[in-house]
Amino acid sequence: MLACILRFDSEKTVVKQIELDREIILATQSGLPLVSEPYQQIADQLGVTAELLKARLEAMREDGRIRRIGVVPNHYKLGYTANGMSVWDVPDELIQSLGERVGKQEFVSHCYHRSRFLPDWPYNLFAMVHGHSREEVLEKAEKIATLLGEHCRAHDILFSTRILKKTGIRIGGRR
Amino acid sequence: MMDELDRNIINRLQLDFPVCDHPFAVVADQLGTSETELISRIERLLDDNYLTRFGPLYDAVKFDGALSLCAMTVPEERFEAVAEKVNAYSQVAHNYQRDHQLNMWFVLATETQDDLDKTLVAIEADTGLPVRNMPKLQEFYVGLYFKV
Repeated sequence: MLACILRFDSEKTVVKQIELDREIILATQSGLPLVSEPYQQIADQLGVTAELLKARLEAMREDGRIRRIGVVPNHYKLGYTANGMSVWDVPDELIQSLGERVGKQEFVSHCYHRSRFLPDWPYNLFAMVHGHSREEVLEKAEKIATLLGEHCRAHDILFSTRILKKTGIRIGGRR
Repeated sequence: MMDELDRNIINRLQLDFPVCDHPFAVVADQLGTSETELISRIERLLDDNYLTRFGPLYDAVKFDGALSLCAMTVPEERFEAVAEKVNAYSQVAHNYQRDHQLNMWFVLATETQDDLDKTLVAIEADTGLPVRNMPKLQEFYVGLYFKV
């Protein structure tokens, strides 16, 4: 009986945590307040202690729901005006190690394994490359080609010519 | 224009911002500036659009949401009209024109996989064009570090 009550309590705690996390996301996904004690301010807003708020942020950072806390630079404004989506056809059985190596290059911002669309789209490894010019992006893509060596069976690079929409991804509020 | 401190701030804050009582004071100390100076610099960098945001960056997929990269081959003469139709969907988070036969690339973000599938079908019906759905099978790296 006691065990049963305890379990019920811990389930309630979990539900409360999920609700609180959702509120934290809603309160912070457009940004942290620029004040001396930003976490205290959000905690006050949500009616919880700063200790609890900080613990939930740490927990979400730990389990990957928060990738990181920090700034997102506007790379266009910082001079990184060229962006090329480089795509590669590599053997599926090697994609793990090759993907990790490509992802480690400092000029790669996103690196994914995606499904191919045969016959005209044989590429299974995607790496977004940024640079100050197309030439710089092409040079960087060349480094990826060197790194992949004989494992690269085909590749292409798709430069963006226009941003048609950029609203970003909102989570937590889309019920 | 940005000076050296601005650049140091941007480089430092692309790494992790601390979770503690006075996080700006901690970072200011590392950068050899004051808490108030740091806060006003971040404010200005945001206002001037050098930074697009400052805060926790959440991973949408970890919240049971669905995400996918989609591509279409849109005939040149219909490009603007199709872009307008595609952009009208709130589920479309980003949309880029690219110089390839597959010339329109967009990211769909929805609450559930079912929503995502339905949105894909709706966009195909709305535009009369096939949509290639390329969800990620695995993520090797996501991180936007731009040294300035």
